[in-house]
Amino acid sequence: MRFVDEFRSRDVAQKLAAGIAEAADTDRDYRLMEFCGGHTHAIFRYGIQDLMPANVRFIHGPGCPVCVLPIGRIDNAIKLARDDEVILCIYGDLLRVPGSRQTSLLKLKATGADVRMVYSTTDALRIARENPGRQVVFFAIGFETTTPATAVALLAAEREGLENFTVFCNHVLTPAAIQNILQSPEVRDIGSVSIDGFLGPSHVSSIIGSKPYEFFAEEYQKPVVIAGFEPLDVMQSALMLIRQLNEGRHEVENEYTRVVTREGNVKAQQLVADVFELRREFEWRGLGFVPYSALRIKSRFAAFDAEERFDVPALRGSDVKGCECPSILRGAARPTDCKLFGTVCTPDNPMGSCMVSSEGACAAYWSYGRFRKAPEEAAA
Amino acid sequence: MNANPKRFPVRLNIKKGFVDMSHGAGGRAMAQLIEELFVRHFDNELLRKGNDQAAFDVGGGRMVMSVDGHVISPLFFPGGDIGSLAVHGTVNDVAMSGAKPLYLSAGFILEEGFPLADLDRIVASMGKASRDTGVPVVCGDTKVVERGKGDGVFITTTGVGVVPAGIEISGDLARPGDAVLVSGTLGDHGVAIMSSRENLTFETTIESDSAALHGLVADLVAGVESIHVLRDPTRGGLATTLNEIASQSGVGMQLEEDAIPVRPAVSAACELLGLDPLYVANEGKLVCICPEEHAGRALEIMREHPLGRSAAIIGRVTEDTHGFVQMETGFGGNRVLDWLSSEQLPRIC
Repeated sequence: MRFVDEFRSRDVAQKLAAGIAEAADTDRDYRLMEFCGGHTHAIFRYGIQDLMPANVRFIHGPGCPVCVLPIGRIDNAIKLARDDEVILCIYGDLLRVPGSRQTSLLKLKATGADVRMVYSTTDALRIARENPGRQVVFFAIGFETTTPATAVALLAAEREGLENFTVFCNHVLTPAAIQNILQSPEVRDIGSVSIDGFLGPSHVSSIIGSKPYEFFAEEYQKPVVIAGFEPLDVMQSALMLIRQLNEGRHEVENEYTRVVTREGNVKAQQLVADVFELRREFEWRGLGFVPYSALRIKSRFAAFDAEERFDVPALRGSDVKGCECPSILRGAARPTDCKLFGTVCTPDNPMGSCMVSSEGACAAYWSYGRFRKAPEEAAA
Repeated sequence: MNANPKRFPVRLNIKKGFVDMSHGAGGRAMAQLIEELFVRHFDNELLRKGNDQAAFDVGGGRMVMSVDGHVISPLFFPGGDIGSLAVHGTVNDVAMSGAKPLYLSAGFILEEGFPLADLDRIVASMGKASRDTGVPVVCGDTKVVERGKGDGVFITTTGVGVVPAGIEISGDLARPGDAVLVSGTLGDHGVAIMSSRENLTFETTIESDSAALHGLVADLVAGVESIHVLRDPTRGGLATTLNEIASQSGVGMQLEEDAIPVRPAVSAACELLGLDPLYVANEGKLVCICPEEHAGRALEIMREHPLGRSAAIIGRVTEDTHGFVQMETGFGGNRVLDWLSSEQLPRIC
């Protein structure tokens, strides 16, 4: 497969691994947080940790949109889907995310709710056109990568005057989350979680560019390397971070130059700015309420905003007792630190969001990596 | 059920007609549907007798019996349809014991309002598949459910066959050191189905691999001195099938990703959708596990057969009480291939 195989070459990986082993100073540790679930997935899927020296460790960050969605928003969606008039359109990952009391949209669908899995906003628009007598709600979720597509859908709905189409907006922002992690007491003061540098988002950065990371690379003195999602990208970026750390630099470097520029996709940014505005704060699973970390739909598009059309109260869902998702999402705990991991919480019966998406640290750890650390527990 | 034109003075309107409740009510309408549609396509001596059962001799040996329900959507897909699939699926399940499949039964659950033209197309395809494989449908059943209570048509087929004396093939017989082979490229069926679902239209040339594997199995059984396990990796794909075998046999497996055959177009489609081809369904492939010393011969036999041209040795059985199926990735790392959890769902970004 062109443009894919080149970035998965075993030979290049071996050379990079040798380069990393040579560059890594054996007298210190390198704790690199990969922000995105896409990176987490690649690290486990290709066994990248196997190719790293023992003192280079990946810390899995909160960059999985499904994982950071607060339970209250899932409960909102479940309530919306209970309305017989509503067709709820969602991306596949969301189906199995547990809401309060272990309900999920998948379980709700089994009881007759009209929940449909879509691959893009165009599918949701089509369903709205085909079902004029029903209310079609698109559950918009994702970081900056998926936001422009939602903006395009809202503009199309306005243009066509699609009266039965609304968006339940849950788009969140990456820089605000990274800043929040860096400001958390665990990282800043207590030092219980030490993060030496970041593998920066790849798809997100294709939209927002590498510029937004410059502030906190400087402010918090942590190097950031924008890293592609292919396994060689991840390894090359790790090497770039190790070099920066060795040299005492803390810059934003761009490994993913084939896609990401400093300015990003200006047209997409403009579209997003036309349609969305900042929320004063938004709840993130694991991080709590983070100021200016999410988007809401501008009043011009209020007619297409599900939060305006339907009753969507602010709900506070609670995590299952013992679930360590919040700490795992901050990089403060590992999946195997959680008592529920692999006992009652498995991908077949997820208790927390990190076990749901294949990008979630727990699911990735369970599917690809558990034999490394704890074969005894995993088999139990 | 001898043809008697006077019994049904007006022929069934297959072109424009629809299934209605009377077609499952046991009366004249049902008899007409059976005669003018089912018997016409499945025609064989045992079925023509018109009994509620078929009686036949099976000769010596152990009998094998298997059942498979087919509920696929869409009913027609590139490379096959629910009818041919209902024959191949059950013939394969019987054959994976090393048996020669002999007879099939077919149970149809039809939804009220289903076009007779579609039913005719499905049953014709089923009849052709049954003739091509040499395994006749010798008895059947038809029920009709109200509109909205079915998905067009569900077909359940049961197959019987006989295992030649001295053949012992079973999922619990994999032993450490055995070689693991597959008969060809993986993921074709699942991707063909996904590409033809209405909410996921991308153009691809991928066709389902739906095929009856009993001929290939007969060649293997005749030519390989010892075969421990045969299984067709259908739902859940190769990864799930190997996990089943590992757990039945109390062993582990170590695979090599680079050795596993996957069509470039299937890889590309899976890449696009965020799916893993090793978890995607197949309907015309088999996994063969045999002692290492016989693996070369098994591979040769597979490659000589039209359905095994891209066969490959993909790994070996290991000693592992945890029953892990592991794989060295093409990248040089190692990963666990776990059971499929729920359905494979595409990732968001």
